[in-house]
Amino acid sequence: MKNTLSSRRFVLMGIFITVGIIYIIRLLFLQVFDDSYAQLANRNALRFVTQYPARGLIYDRNGELLVYNELVYDLMVVPRQVKNLDTALLCKLVGIDRDQFNARMDKAVKYSTYAPSSFEKQISKEDFGSIQEKLYMFQGFFAQSRTLRYYPHSVACHVLGYVGEVNENTIKKNPYYKKGDYIGMSGMEKYYEEILRGTKGSKITLVDVHNREKGSFQDGKYDTASVAGQNLYSSIDLELQKYAEKLMANKRGSIVAIEPSTGEILCFVSAPFFDPNLLVGRVRGNNYMELLNDISKPLFNRALMAEYPPGSIFKVAQAMIALDMGVISPETGFGCDKSLVGCHNHPAASTVREAIKMSCNPYFYRVYQRIIQQTNPNTGKGDSKYGLSLWDEEMYKMGFGKKLEIDLPDSKSGFIPDTTFYSRIYKGDSWNFYTIYSNSIGQGEVGVIPLQMANFAAIVANRGWYITPHLVKYFGDENLKKRNTKYVQKHNTLISREYWDIAVEGMYGVVHEPGGTARRARIDDIAVCGKTGTAQNAGADHSVFICFAPKDNPKIAISVYVENAAGGGGTWAAPIASLVAEKYIRKDVLRKDVEQTYIEAAPCQSLPLRKYIQKSSSD
Amino acid sequence: MERRERGILENIDWTTILIYFVLVFIGWISIYSAVFDEVHSNIFDLDTRYGKQMIWIGISTLIALFIIVIDPKFFSQTAYIWYGLFIIMLLAVLAIGSETKGAKSWFGVGDFGIQPSEFAKATTALALAKILSGIEIDMKDLKTKISAITIVAIPMILVLLQNDTGSALVFFIFVLVLFREGLSLSVLIFGVGVAILFILSLLINPYVLIGILFAVTTITWILFRSRKLSLLLFIGLFAVASGVVISVGYVYDNALGSHQKDRIEVLLGQKKDPQGVEYNVNQSKIAIGSGGFFGKGFLNGTQTKYNFVPEQDTDFIFCTVGEEWGFVGSVTIVGLFLALMLRLVRMAERQRSKFSRIYGYCVASILFAHFTINIGMTIGLLPVIGIPLPFLSYGGSSLMSFTFLLFIFIRQDASRMDLV
Repeated sequence: MKNTLSSRRFVLMGIFITVGIIYIIRLLFLQVFDDSYAQLANRNALRFVTQYPARGLIYDRNGELLVYNELVYDLMVVPRQVKNLDTALLCKLVGIDRDQFNARMDKAVKYSTYAPSSFEKQISKEDFGSIQEKLYMFQGFFAQSRTLRYYPHSVACHVLGYVGEVNENTIKKNPYYKKGDYIGMSGMEKYYEEILRGTKGSKITLVDVHNREKGSFQDGKYDTASVAGQNLYSSIDLELQKYAEKLMANKRGSIVAIEPSTGEILCFVSAPFFDPNLLVGRVRGNNYMELLNDISKPLFNRALMAEYPPGSIFKVAQAMIALDMGVISPETGFGCDKSLVGCHNHPAASTVREAIKMSCNPYFYRVYQRIIQQTNPNTGKGDSKYGLSLWDEEMYKMGFGKKLEIDLPDSKSGFIPDTTFYSRIYKGDSWNFYTIYSNSIGQGEVGVIPLQMANFAAIVANRGWYITPHLVKYFGDENLKKRNTKYVQKHNTLISREYWDIAVEGMYGVVHEPGGTARRARIDDIAVCGKTGTAQNAGADHSVFICFAPKDNPKIAISVYVENAAGGGGTWAAPIASLVAEKYIRKDVLRKDVEQTYIEAAPCQSLPLRKYIQKSSSD
Repeated sequence: MERRERGILENIDWTTILIYFVLVFIGWISIYSAVFDEVHSNIFDLDTRYGKQMIWIGISTLIALFIIVIDPKFFSQTAYIWYGLFIIMLLAVLAIGSETKGAKSWFGVGDFGIQPSEFAKATTALALAKILSGIEIDMKDLKTKISAITIVAIPMILVLLQNDTGSALVFFIFVLVLFREGLSLSVLIFGVGVAILFILSLLINPYVLIGILFAVTTITWILFRSRKLSLLLFIGLFAVASGVVISVGYVYDNALGSHQKDRIEVLLGQKKDPQGVEYNVNQSKIAIGSGGFFGKGFLNGTQTKYNFVPEQDTDFIFCTVGEEWGFVGSVTIVGLFLALMLRLVRMAERQRSKFSRIYGYCVASILFAHFTINIGMTIGLLPVIGIPLPFLSYGGSSLMSFTFLLFIFIRQDASRMDLV
């Protein structure tokens, strides 16, 4: 018994030996017979170089370059490979002293001794020339080229946006991005990130002991090519944009201009603005902090993010809705009863057209009353809830109270109150027309952003429809432009064209007829249709104006906001808008004196009005 | 007293001790090479892994010396105490241990950590040897089988609960010891059969596999009909095999973690993922394969040194040897382990004491398990299972526990001439 069990040791020894032999055979194949592994048997280190694709360029509507790439170089270091370094020479070439050198090396070592980290970032082509000549002398250092964005005309910062290094959160969410990569942080750069950026590639190269590249690893078998980003062909008119920025240079506010027939944005200014080149390269960090802390909030895109009360401009929309609902006719007249709501002195309006032209507050009080106090066909009673919900629907159709899906990030939606909102505010049904009548003249709870106002101007210009305002017409490259098909659909207000004609006539009167509120917007041989507004707030009121021109076959629809500029829409916003219209339609402004006046004018109440700015940005 | 000391020095197995120190030394210089950097080029620098490993080697040598000088009966007499102590440690580590790479198996003490599961293998070996060396013991008894399995299963389950599947797997190797002590050969064959079916059922559609099994059983029965083997036996075998195949799918889907499945699928070539799961194995194979016949030379391995191979100083230490010392070095390691294991079997068989013999087999089997799993993983024959290569991998717990394990047996062997 004992002996038989003892012989079992041979089974165990057999198992041990079998495994040993299998492993030796495997090793023989792996190490001796198989050459593919042996190809790696060289003393050269492999270097993984990310191939950054060129980011797409951005052009204006006439083919002018708005954003381009400039090649810069990052000097990378692999601490492990640094040998026999002539520190003094390197410091001299890079332009740093010994202490900075030590600090950077320490930082690199801390990150990894094997993996490359950047030693000096964004060296310009010119400066890099002298470094490149001597680079072979610095073992463990190599250059990685990348591109930076530059803005040759220094305009349209809020439209174009800027790029910056990705943050940790993005890296976690999207594995495409690695530490140190660049990503669009705002504007079109952010919205069109995936189109602009292309796809990164990687190249593995062999380097010899002298840090010279010896060619690609395994004939590039493991390399992946990068795919260049696509260009954007935007609808911005560079000349108009420049002109609009010139007009707004010493003001706060915004100008948005749209081509009504296509929804293409022609110029888009939020003032104060800044030179987008400030947020490029090594100067970015400091400049960004300065802009961020500036009391006038230059980083805040007013045209998209500032919600203002619409003011009198809203009256045009009220008239259209009331006509469409049939609660008034074009010939309806209301007296100017100042006991209802305050007004300026003017003759009583006997038609809708006159009411728009004279911007009569009591008239639109009555109009809104008829809209809201409608008889609910289900109950047969006057029902403010019913009226308000019908009104809401009409407002939404005009692009108010909902986000216009413009191709820029972070747009606000404005605010159109609904029954739920009022029931919450008044804790039940205790609200009715008399508590909400301020909406009729664009005060009260309603809020709109300048883009929605420009869009409304486009709706009137089109007599009842709009295409969502947008910035990009085509993408791709010069030879293969692909149309941006997202913005072709017409959104119809479903309000009869004949009513819109009344709005057009009224707005024509505003500019061109005695008693109109925007006579300063008149251009001699161009028929401008406009509407002034005053947005009340803390501090001086905002001066607001929307217009389109020419009256027939309109080419441009504009909204202009001048913040805290006392004097109403007709005083500041209207003439500025007319200058923009003239510049675009005529390509040149003949009214040199007017131009001079409004370029020089600085009507905005001086800051700080922090309270208001913060309120609007946090709404 | 003096005679006894001389007796130890005469009878101690110097070959085993030599192999031990050669392996430990190779491990140390490989760790040095794997994590070498110019800033810390002094091999005695205590801030580095190789500096620390030197401390572990020192402590391990002290442990070895201590075991050599004390009474050999000490460990057989205190076997259960050691066993119990480490069961308590395993429980404690589950409660208050710290987590590394998904396994909660460490007691952290400052920079250093202790991994009780490494020691638990040695203490389980002690307890198993103790229980099987009892006078009334016969492996054919059900009672014996149950108590032996219980001794092994308790620490194994605790290690499994720590999420340390690799270490838990090692406990299966005690079946070799049980086999040597009289467990039926069919159990061993059954185990191997189940393992083969497991792999097959991952490769082949289970229904097809059952079909094949049915065909094979039928043909075998027809061929061997004349030998009067019971039809029932064949039907039984077929039923068991089919049961295994079906349950594999269930076990595979439900019991294994996704990373474990990935590793198995990569090994079986069912999954291609060069940057993910396949990465470790690929880089490991490239490192070893690029070593060629004579290797790239000490400190010249690019693959291991430039971090291409993850864990190159712990679980993948064999890559460093393979890359820098080539086929010659790899075979030396395999040869040294083989020599050690075979020597341990020889030594075990020359014991008069049943306890010493069984314990000797335990030592050989545990080393075999680690050797097989670890090297098999680095050369791409087995899925990635993170357990250290004895004596070579970086780590205090690992080195100390293997020293502890081995030297207790060396001490027993040295006094084999003593009266039992």
